[in-house]
Amino acid sequence: MPTYLQLVQQVKHAVRYAILRPGDRLPTAREVVEELAINPNTVLKAYRELEREGFVTSRPGAGTFIAPNAPAPLERSVGVPLRRSIDRWIEHAIVAGLDRETVIALFTLAIEAGYQKEAPHGRRS
Amino acid sequence: MAAVLEATGLTKRFGKFQALRGCDLSLPAQKVIGLVGPNGAGKTTLLQLASGLRYPTSGSINVLGRSPRDDAAALLPHVGFVAQERPLYGDFTVEETLELARRLNPSWDHAYALARVQRFRLPLDARVRRLSTGQRAQVALALAVGKRPELLLLDEPVANLDPLARLELLEELMATVADGGTSVVLSANALADVERVCEYVVILVDGQVRLAGDLEQLTAEHTFVSGPVERRPFGDGWHVINERHAERQGTWLLRSVGTTPPIDSSDGTRARNATLEEIVLAYLRSADKGAQS
Repeated sequence: MPTYLQLVQQVKHAVRYAILRPGDRLPTAREVVEELAINPNTVLKAYRELEREGFVTSRPGAGTFIAPNAPAPLERSVGVPLRRSIDRWIEHAIVAGLDRETVIALFTLAIEAGYQKEAPHGRRS
Repeated sequence: MAAVLEATGLTKRFGKFQALRGCDLSLPAQKVIGLVGPNGAGKTTLLQLASGLRYPTSGSINVLGRSPRDDAAALLPHVGFVAQERPLYGDFTVEETLELARRLNPSWDHAYALARVQRFRLPLDARVRRLSTGQRAQVALALAVGKRPELLLLDEPVANLDPLARLELLEELMATVADGGTSVVLSANALADVERVCEYVVILVDGQVRLAGDLEQLTAEHTFVSGPVERRPFGDGWHVINERHAERQGTWLLRSVGTTPPIDSSDGTRARNATLEEIVLAYLRSADKGAQS
């Protein structure tokens, strides 16, 4: 996965789990590259993508912030029972002797079936 | 945007050995550009011609719009160069080394260079010969960026560094880029480093430019396919750069030109974006066979 998409996913993940909340400032590109040794334009590209998707807003001269209308974190009332049912399912899988990779494969199949994931490989340029 | 480095028919001969043969290049400004290719491909020679340390046998090279040979005095204050051996005076302390650079360079940002050295917690009173390889690399980089150059030329900047020192040097280099105004051309053997920091890549093989372009575009244009050997051909627009067979399985590195048909996966053929490593290896292997791209 391209580096900028990894950054995008990390921020989204943090928003979903309320680690980052609306109004929180994201580190500047310079601060990020001093920690990660990646190209600053990669960081800027990730921030542009997050802005396009409504997760962040950039205020020139002030920085990049989690948007007030960013997707709300997963509600505890929804997230906690879902997580519990997954935990139970995994216990069953372990009892049945499934290894980690088989579990991941099963989950991936179920996700793809449930969300009707993408078409076969091909591209335009 | 104007090119930071432009070469036309650039050729350099050392006796019978042709280090560069007829290179045409136009490298964009404000980017981090990676020169990759096997040892002896001409990476160091290209950087030496760009910095004016050597002159071309034939053809021309322009850096920031000037000739490194005819216009060196005007050009050099704007170019920072760190050679692979990171030459420094062993008897000088870190502080004396910076002082020397301050006196030698007409444009020199002493505070900036000092801040770079201090970020690495380098002891200013230590003699350079007592420093570790990683620390010496950091001093050499500080000297180059202290000029606040428009263009940084770095020959294997992280070679011989341990993983931590390597990362720290790349962090510092990227922080310099984030400060703005600097284009970087660096050579590297470790493709993971190139993938990490570079936006534009030049693949040199046997003194010639095999491929040059925006890294993201190159990875989007190249597809790695594995499947049954009888799978070929793939359709109009798919160019085979390299193919390898093992028994009945084949792998292909394809370049798409224009609109290409999707790759049918019904027979178990799998296709995905190629990594930089796969692209570089495919071009090296196809060059071995004398194939055309």
